[in-house]
Amino acid sequence: MKNYYFNEEHELFRQGLRDFLNKEVVPNIEKWEEEQRIPKEIFKKFGDMGYLGLNYPEKYGGIDADFFYAVVFTEEISKVFSGGFMAAFAVQQFMSSPYLMKHGSDFIKEKYLTKAISGDAICSIAISEPNAGSDVANIRTTAVREGNHYIVNGSKTFITSGVYGDVLITVVKTKPEEGFNGISLLVIDRDAEGVSATKLKKLGWHASDTAELSFDNVKVPVENLLGEENHGFFYLMDGLQLERLVGAIGGYAGSEAALDYSLQYMSEREAFGRPINKFQVLRHRVAQMSSEIESIKYFVYHCCRLHADGEYVVKECSMAKLLGTELSDKVMYQCLQFFGGYGYMEEYKMARMFRDSRIGTIGGGTSEIMREIIAKMVIDDKSYQKSTNTHIIKSKPTNGSMNGSSKTNNNTNNQKNTTMSYESTFNTMKEKAESAQPLGSVLKLNFGENRIVIDGTKGANQVSGEDIDANCTVDVSLDDFTSMLNGDLNPMGAFMSGKMKVKGDTGVALKLQTLFS
Amino acid sequence: MNHYYFTSEHQLFRKSLRDFLNREIVPHIDQWEEEGEIPKSAFKKLGDMGYYGLGFEESYGGMSTDIFYTMILVEELNKCNSAGTAASLLSHSTLALEHLSKNGSAFLKKNYLKPGISGDLIGCLAISEPHAGSDVSNIQTKAEDNGDHYIINGSKTFITNGIKSDFYVAAVRTGDKGYDGISMMVINRANPGIKTNALKKLGWHASETAEISFDNVRVPKENLIGEINKGFYYIMEKFELERLILSTGALASAEYALEYGLQYLSERKAFNRSLNTFQELRHRVAQLSAELACLKAFNYQICNALQLKENVTKECAMSKLLCTEFMDKLSYQILQFLGGYGYMEEYKAARIFRDSRIGTIGGGTSEIMREIIAKSIIG
Repeated sequence: MKNYYFNEEHELFRQGLRDFLNKEVVPNIEKWEEEQRIPKEIFKKFGDMGYLGLNYPEKYGGIDADFFYAVVFTEEISKVFSGGFMAAFAVQQFMSSPYLMKHGSDFIKEKYLTKAISGDAICSIAISEPNAGSDVANIRTTAVREGNHYIVNGSKTFITSGVYGDVLITVVKTKPEEGFNGISLLVIDRDAEGVSATKLKKLGWHASDTAELSFDNVKVPVENLLGEENHGFFYLMDGLQLERLVGAIGGYAGSEAALDYSLQYMSEREAFGRPINKFQVLRHRVAQMSSEIESIKYFVYHCCRLHADGEYVVKECSMAKLLGTELSDKVMYQCLQFFGGYGYMEEYKMARMFRDSRIGTIGGGTSEIMREIIAKMVIDDKSYQKSTNTHIIKSKPTNGSMNGSSKTNNNTNNQKNTTMSYESTFNTMKEKAESAQPLGSVLKLNFGENRIVIDGTKGANQVSGEDIDANCTVDVSLDDFTSMLNGDLNPMGAFMSGKMKVKGDTGVALKLQTLFS
Repeated sequence: MNHYYFTSEHQLFRKSLRDFLNREIVPHIDQWEEEGEIPKSAFKKLGDMGYYGLGFEESYGGMSTDIFYTMILVEELNKCNSAGTAASLLSHSTLALEHLSKNGSAFLKKNYLKPGISGDLIGCLAISEPHAGSDVSNIQTKAEDNGDHYIINGSKTFITNGIKSDFYVAAVRTGDKGYDGISMMVINRANPGIKTNALKKLGWHASETAEISFDNVRVPKENLIGEINKGFYYIMEKFELERLILSTGALASAEYALEYGLQYLSERKAFNRSLNTFQELRHRVAQLSAELACLKAFNYQICNALQLKENVTKECAMSKLLCTEFMDKLSYQILQFLGGYGYMEEYKAARIFRDSRIGTIGGGTSEIMREIIAKSIIG
C-alpha cells in the first residue's frame, strides 16, 4: 500500500539519514552498549547534519520541516538495533528540548535551545522521582524562591542522559502544598553546584545512561524558569502527547526491524531439511505479527497526522503508545523464538532487541496509565456517544470522488428523456406535493430563472412559483429534475454527484425523497 | 478521523440512511431473526432508495459513488443489531451485483444488474461447495457445453439468500481441473432442476443460508459472465472489496456492541456503584477502544487505497484477519460485561456474540488470510 503521509522529499531524507546512521552509528553500537554511554561527539555530528532541529525554527538553527520528517527520523533511529541509542536521541529532540521551544524565554532559547539543536548540549527531562513516577502531581523536589534564584532540593530517578548530559529540564514543586497546581519546570545545568548523579544499572537500553539525580541546595537563576510558575503540569501534559507518539513509533518501527531481521534468518536457517520459513506455523505467526505491525503503524500515522494538524489528541496518542509498545514486546518475544538458541546469544541482535523493548510499556506513562486516560475519555467524558450531525453542505464535491465518465453518460440519457417543460413540471409537482404529507417548512426548487416553491408550514403543502424565503433551497437543472420525476435519476444520487445543490436546512431536502415515491 | 475520509455529503447520506433503517428495517429485525429470513419487500425498499446502486453504472440505475458510500451502507446496516440482516441485505449487491457490474455483458446487465439495483430481482453469489470452500480452485459443479447452452450438475452450500434469490452468480467448472477451468455464470432460479434446502446455523438467524443442488439445469450461453475459464480470477479480484466489506462490517458491529456495553456498564450497579467505575472493567474498555480505533484507521486507509486502484491484496487480508478476530474478542467481552443478562435473549449481547463467530470463517478463513499474507511477505 502506497503511503499517503510521505512524499519524495521525505524518502530522500530517509535515505540520507539511513546512510548517515550506517556510517556513524551502526558500526559503533556494540561499543556504546559495552561502555554504557554514547559519546558526546555523536550528538554534535547529528547536530551538524541538522537532524536535531527538524521541527524548530531556522533562527535557532532548526530546519523547520513538517512533522513527518520527525516521524522518519524516529523510525530510522529505532531500526539500529539499540533501544538505548534511540532513547537518547528521542529524549534530546522530542521529549526535552520541545519544552525549551514552546515555553522558554528568548534568553532560554538562545542559551539552551540553540545548543540542543546544534548538538552542543545533551538534554534530559527529569520528571520521575523515587516515590512518584506516573503520578506526577505527587513529586517532592522543591524549588524555593530566594531573590533572583530558586533553591532546589530533592531527587529524581530514571533520567535518560542524566549522567553525561548537560541540561536538565527539571520538574519541581514551587508550591509544595498544591498538587498539580504547584508544579513548575526549571532548566538546570547538569554541572551546577549541588547536582550529583548515580548511574543506574538496567535490564536493557545499555547504550543510554540512566541517572538517579540528587539536588542539594542547587541555585537556579529565576530566568531559567520555563513559562509561568505553577503551570508546569499542564506543559507536561501537553508535551507528553509528542513523547507518546514517539514511543508508539519506536514500538512499531523496532518491531519492523526485528521482523525483517528474523525473516532473513528464517530464510537461511534450515531444519528437517528445509528452510524454517517453509513451516506453516511459523509462516502464520509472521503473517499475524506483520498484520498487527501494519495496522498499528497506519494508526500511528493517522495520529501523527492529527497531531501535525494541530489537534490535541490525548486519547489517540495514549492509544497509540499503548498499542505500539505492547506490540513491540510481543514481537520481540516471538522473533527471539524464531532464532531458537541463537536468539538467546549476544552474537545475534535479538537478545538486545528483546531486553530493550521491555521498557516501552513503562516509560512515558505505563500501559496502565494509558488505559486510565483512555477509560476516562471513553467512559467518563461519554465521548462514545454519537455526536449530533450538523452539516454545512458544500456546493459541490471538491474533487473527483465521483466517477466522472459515467456522469457524462447519464447527462446524455437525461437529455434524451427530457420531455417536460417548466409548466408541466410545475403541475406534476403541485399534484404530488398537495397529496403528500406536509413538509412542515418551506422548500424552494430553483431552475435558473424559474422556480417551484413548496410551502408546507400551513397544513397541506401549497405550491407556487413565487420567490419567497425558504428554509431550504435546492439548485437543480430542469433536465435533471424531470429525470428525477420520471424515475430515471435517483434524487440521492443527484445530490451526491453534485447535480443537485442544497442550501439551508438539508433535512428539508431529505423530504424531497417522499415526494417522488 | 472521519473528516479525512468522509465529506459532509457522506455524512448527510449516512443520516438519511440511518433514518431509513430505523424506520423500515430495525422494527422488523426480531421477527426476521425468529423467522430465519428477510422478506423480499425489504430488498425492494433498499432498491427504491437507491442503496443497491452505490458504486454501479448510472446507465443501469446505479450511482457512481465512491467506496466510502458503500462502506457507510455496510456500517449502518451492521449497527442494526443483526449481523444476519446486514449479511443478507448486503450480499445481494456487494457480492452478486458486483460480479455483474464488473464483468457482465450488456445483456446480463440489462436483465439482471438493472432489476437487481432496483431491488426487483435478488441475486446471490454461489461459490462454496460441500467439498470446496476456501479452496476455490477445487470446485466440482460441472457446466457441460451443449450447443447454445450449458448443462449444470453439482451442488453449492453456505449460500446466503440461496432460497429466495431469483438468480445465482455461480462458479462452475467449464474446463479442466484447477483454477484455469472455472467460469462464472448467471443461473436463473426459475430453471427446472434446482433444489434448495435451508441450513440451520449457530447465528446469523435473520439471514437465510442454503444448500443448492443443480440437476441437469440448462443455462443459455449468454449467461456466461465475462470470459470462459476466467472465473477464478474474477473471484480473486472481488475478494479485496469483499474482505474490506467484512472488516468494515466487523468494526461497525464492534462499535455498536461497545456502545451498548458502555451503556449497560453505566446503568448497572454492583457493590453500590456503577459497573463502569470498576478499574478492571474500565481498563478492558480502554484496551478494546484502542484496538478498535486502530483497526478503523487502518481499514479506512485501505479502502482509500483500493479506491485509488492500488494493489492491496495483502492489506485486505490483514484487515479481514484482524477485524474479524477482534470482533470475536470484543463480543466475548461485551457479553461478560452483562453477566447473566448477557446470556439471555432479552439483551442484545447474546445475538452479538453468536453473530460474530462466522466472521473469521466466511470470505476466507483466518488461516487462509495468514496464508495469503505469509506468501506475500515470505514468498
